[in-house]
Amino acid sequence: MTMNRRMFLGTTAAASAVLSAPSVLADGHAKPRVVVIGGGAGGATAARYIAKDSEGAIDVTLIEPSKAYYTCFFSNLYLGGFKDIEDIGHSYGGLAATGVNVIHDWAVGVDRDTKTVTLAGGDTVAYDKLILSPGIDFVEGAVEGWDISAQNAMPHAFKAGSQTELLKAQLMAMPEGGTFAMVAPPNPYRCPPGPYERVSMVAHYLKANNPTAKILIADPKPSFSKQGLFEEGWNTYYAGMIDRIGPDFGGANVSVDPAAMTLSIDGEVTNVDVCNVIPAMKAGRIAELAGVTDGNWAPVNAADMSTKADPDVYVLGDSAQQGDMPKSGFSANSQAKVCANAVRGALTGSRVFPAKFANTCWSLIATDDGVKVGATYEATDEKIAKVDGFVSTTGESAEIRKATYEESEGWYTGITSDMFGNAV
Amino acid sequence: MRLACLSLSVAASVLCTTVAADTFGDPVAGEVVFANCKACHKVGPEAGNGIGPHLNGLFGRAAAGLEGFRYSRSLQRAGSNGLEWHADTLDAFLEDPRGYASGTRMSFRGLKDQEERLDVIAYLRGFSADPANFPEADPTATATDHDIDPEILAIEGDAEYGEYLSSECTTCHRADGGDDGIPSIVLWPEQDFKIALQAYKNEQRSHPVMQMIARRLNDEEIAALAAYFGSLEN
Ligand SMILES: Cc1cc2nc3c(=O)[nH]c(=O)nc-3n(C[C@H](O)[C@H](O)[C@H](O)COP(=O)(O)OP(=O)(O)OC[C@H]3O[C@@H](n4cnc5c(N)ncnc54)[C@H](O)[C@@H]3O)c2cc1C
Repeated sequence: MTMNRRMFLGTTAAASAVLSAPSVLADGHAKPRVVVIGGGAGGATAARYIAKDSEGAIDVTLIEPSKAYYTCFFSNLYLGGFKDIEDIGHSYGGLAATGVNVIHDWAVGVDRDTKTVTLAGGDTVAYDKLILSPGIDFVEGAVEGWDISAQNAMPHAFKAGSQTELLKAQLMAMPEGGTFAMVAPPNPYRCPPGPYERVSMVAHYLKANNPTAKILIADPKPSFSKQGLFEEGWNTYYAGMIDRIGPDFGGANVSVDPAAMTLSIDGEVTNVDVCNVIPAMKAGRIAELAGVTDGNWAPVNAADMSTKADPDVYVLGDSAQQGDMPKSGFSANSQAKVCANAVRGALTGSRVFPAKFANTCWSLIATDDGVKVGATYEATDEKIAKVDGFVSTTGESAEIRKATYEESEGWYTGITSDMFGNAV
Repeated sequence: MRLACLSLSVAASVLCTTVAADTFGDPVAGEVVFANCKACHKVGPEAGNGIGPHLNGLFGRAAAGLEGFRYSRSLQRAGSNGLEWHADTLDAFLEDPRGYASGTRMSFRGLKDQEERLDVIAYLRGFSADPANFPEADPTATATDHDIDPEILAIEGDAEYGEYLSSECTTCHRADGGDDGIPSIVLWPEQDFKIALQAYKNEQRSHPVMQMIARRLNDEEIAALAAYFGSLEN
């Protein structure tokens, strides 16, 4: 036992229940056990809802290495100077207070035959139902010249926290008139408007602090989310600052040299001052180790988010291949609630209601200029299918845009309380 | 402070910092401003509680002082600490409701224009039993008089189903009734809740997210949500 390597935030009694020798549900005396890997938008929500709604009838353990979760959502606003880093950090105290056993460690293996999860600290945790929401990892070799060891020279900042702070520090240290480069990712990736909201926020910062600086985007995609809205905003606020090179001009044919700080697009080499490399993405590695992925992602059944590979293993959020929903925090949170209802029903016989999903993604383009895109979804036999949707329109009034931004702030508080409960 | 301010305001116009003491609002203009408040607050002979408490006899009433209305804890605390509604406290509250009582469920960003506040406070004064002591004052909201089939409104909701459905709402609307840019929806009277969602569904109310969400809720589901949100513990 390596108790010292871990931190338990749950009550001792609850924590020791989890640590007891593996037992099976059929024992009759043991409570059903749910283990959740990953305490982000999907995992924290699922753990909280199962613990809260089962009122102690289910043992819920959350495995998450970090003691503080920094949301990717609003991390671009931190880059733009609209938020402080503390504004986007959350702790797990509220989940522990709801009765979730929070174990701060990495899951390093899943044995689906014995239904156990192995932790980096060496212990194993047994489950009846396992929920994976480990976010994303990067596809090796996706950007020539870049691998994860180059993330300090050329940060991705697509997992929030120290990476985001590093990118901000590099932005602030740019020489006058310097170049901020972004290597944008191919589809599918987390947060479709994320790279472009980031460009807007970087431009907002530069306009005020380094107005002759330039932003260069190498983009393998011919088009991107909310493109008309972003381009309208870039023309209005940041005219002449942003240059996006799409695939027709070689935006997909890119390599970087982190030591020399150069970016090559279609053979043309440019010296850059900051290089934000956002490589192609895949499911968090633990999903692959659990053997529930097919290619880069984990295929799931839309009705309850169970994997095609194993009815007792569920995958939420970015790692899941579910159909039409974009990979977003809102989507992960929405999927988690459908999954929580189904898992609780399967383990305790509580009522199971039909799956309904929704997503809305807000983006900030400049001060008080917010836009949004959203849709509702339902479960079909093949996938999560889009039902209905809307998107902000170009040329909207300043009032609408301001109200949209204010709404996004309300959403942020709403979703983070929905994920983490109220901290104690 | 308040009393000093008010008594001076009757006699002369000195030293009052919260409300210019000699400015008395125009109750007729105030009735127009009150349109902002009407969706949630009723006032006048038949007025009862709705989403917000009725505002008859408001002046001199302790904050959270109406029996039978479920106030936020924040206002209950303020009331037990001695907050009473008078022109000056109303003026401060209405200017920035959440700045004044951070946990209030009143989803209203406030009236920044002092003249509007004075007018609506003057209008409300007319509905307090003895308005003689009070100068001016104001409130919050938007009208709910949409035409919805009474049979639809009569549907009894399944609160347990509503609890499940509510998890979609709480991604944005906080379960504790807080509001940072997205209105509170907890503890509304069931009818008001049903009317609001039906009105989004029929596009009588405009908001793209809410119209989209409401469009795919059937009448039973709307009733279920109303039943659940209406039944929450404070
Ligand atoms: C710049 C940017 C802006 C964004 N903006 C928005 C936005 O405005 N709105 C929106 O809805 N979404 C936004 N997103 C997307 C959103 O952040 C993700 O879609 C969401 O976080 C996905 O949730 P998840 O649960 O799948 O993964 P995550 O939230 O990333 O959580 C995964 C967790 O799993 C943990 N983990 C990983 N592996 C293991 C392991 N082996 N053992 C234990 N724990 C593990 C990680 O530490 C992490 O805490 C944005 C993303 C970015 C990058």
